[in-house]
Amino acid sequence: MDSADFFENLKDNNLIGVQCEECGGLSAEIRYYCSVCRSSNLSPKQFTGKGTLSTFTCISIVPTRMAEEGFGRNNPYCSGIVTLEEGPRISARILNVDALKPGEIKTGQHLELDVQARDTERPILAFKYLS
Amino acid sequence: MVDATRSRKLSRSVSIAGVGICKFGAFPTKTTRDLFVEAFKDMQVNLGDKFDVKDIQTAYIGNYSSDLFERQGHTAPIIADWIGITPVPVTRIENACASSGSAFREGILAIASGLYDIVLVGGVEKMTDLPTEDVTDVLATAADGIYEIPAGLTFPGIYGELAKAHMDRYGTTSEHLMKVGIKNHKNGKLNPNAQFNVTIDDMMKSRQARAQERGQEVPEWNNEIDFLSDDKVNPMIAWPLRLFDCAPITDGAACVLLVSSDIAQNFTDSPVTIMGTGQATGKALHDSDELTSLSAAKIAGQMAYDMADLTPNEIQIAEVHDCFTIAEIVATEDLGFFAPGEAPHAVDEGRTSRDGDMPINTSGGLKSKGHPVGASGIGQIVEIFKQLRGEAGERQVEKDLEIGLTHNVGGTGGTCVVNIFKKGI
Repeated sequence: MDSADFFENLKDNNLIGVQCEECGGLSAEIRYYCSVCRSSNLSPKQFTGKGTLSTFTCISIVPTRMAEEGFGRNNPYCSGIVTLEEGPRISARILNVDALKPGEIKTGQHLELDVQARDTERPILAFKYLS
Repeated sequence: MVDATRSRKLSRSVSIAGVGICKFGAFPTKTTRDLFVEAFKDMQVNLGDKFDVKDIQTAYIGNYSSDLFERQGHTAPIIADWIGITPVPVTRIENACASSGSAFREGILAIASGLYDIVLVGGVEKMTDLPTEDVTDVLATAADGIYEIPAGLTFPGIYGELAKAHMDRYGTTSEHLMKVGIKNHKNGKLNPNAQFNVTIDDMMKSRQARAQERGQEVPEWNNEIDFLSDDKVNPMIAWPLRLFDCAPITDGAACVLLVSSDIAQNFTDSPVTIMGTGQATGKALHDSDELTSLSAAKIAGQMAYDMADLTPNEIQIAEVHDCFTIAEIVATEDLGFFAPGEAPHAVDEGRTSRDGDMPINTSGGLKSKGHPVGASGIGQIVEIFKQLRGEAGERQVEKDLEIGLTHNVGGTGGTCVVNIFKKGI
């Protein structure tokens, strides 16, 4: 596995990272050394795609690639840190929320994997906010 | 085997003999080399006749991305040529916004190694040629291109996440963040090199005066917090961070002359000496143990305290990396000045103001002085040097200062460099 596999798996709405065969440590990223014990004895790990929202932001001043998707000052988007039910955290777009009303978005809320742009070379890791 | 318990000290003491800084701001006609030369000339004035350019034996220059900002790579030899120090070796150091903090540490190590006695360390960034969206893109390249950027994250975005986590955990409010900005603008007003020489109160009153002049309805803001809560004046950038929670886009340069402490008196009667230095790396925020702290800052701080044999409560003044208002709050907790969750209250109580018991960012910080990313680390050191020598002019802290600290962060804690300084040798 290498970094390209992360995106390859996202095309099928699969979030696949690594699990350490020595200590059981998990990472939602494709790594070569365990981030807990530094062992290189890692194997692929498929995550269920269930998680909770740990923190988030709603971005109004957007980078050019998000502007190309139609986001901007009057149309912000939500991005957050998701804690997967298996434990590790990952950054992702948060869907199914009103980014103009961040006060109504609650941390701790349950989320479900919902990869966007699956038919492109660079699918986008995203989670649906379950309200 | 390496003895991990051995205390890490420099083999040779290193001092700062002189410093230079240019006016920070937006300068359409100035390029990277012009900015650096301006800072260098200021350092020559600071050092006076005792310094000869030919004394410099090597240099380390912090610069984040002249490649992307200006389409100019390999800036070190150009700077060397323009300040007239070729053929001495000059190396550019890139560690995002901690580029010049990292360059400074390399300069210290170069002297401590015994190879060099006199080393120039500087930082420079020319950012304002590009439109804001492109600057946002360039800065975002300092985050993880696979695991952070595709999520739509920007730098304000990641610090926005940090702010939200701090709010959830400790009850920090937007008002606390605004008070950091208000304080830093008060300090910046007194710094002639700052990009913004105005307080938030000045800005509020000038807007009201302008409206009156034009015969428009005069906005009724009761105070600075009221003003900063107005979406029209202070729009959201990355909730909960607004425009005035963010450091500006800035052109600027700064430099210092590092010398072996045993020859410092040849250059100046009042050198400033490095007591401790620490540097550490950290993971992406989502992989950090805590979402309310930058682990690299804690580790770099501890390394510096250990080397200096000091504790946080012995630090009298600090310049910390306030690229966003929340970053100052988190920095002062990571460095141990305040317990986790206490920094917002310390700001409330004025403890971090210039006349408080722990003055933070008397220069105006990155928020008001400006944030030319590759120059910011050295810019902080210039301020501490001036404060320790009693040369900070109107913003001079009115107490007997002996010990100061700088804290320079790259990215969202991917890199952190902390230095501790004392007056004299």
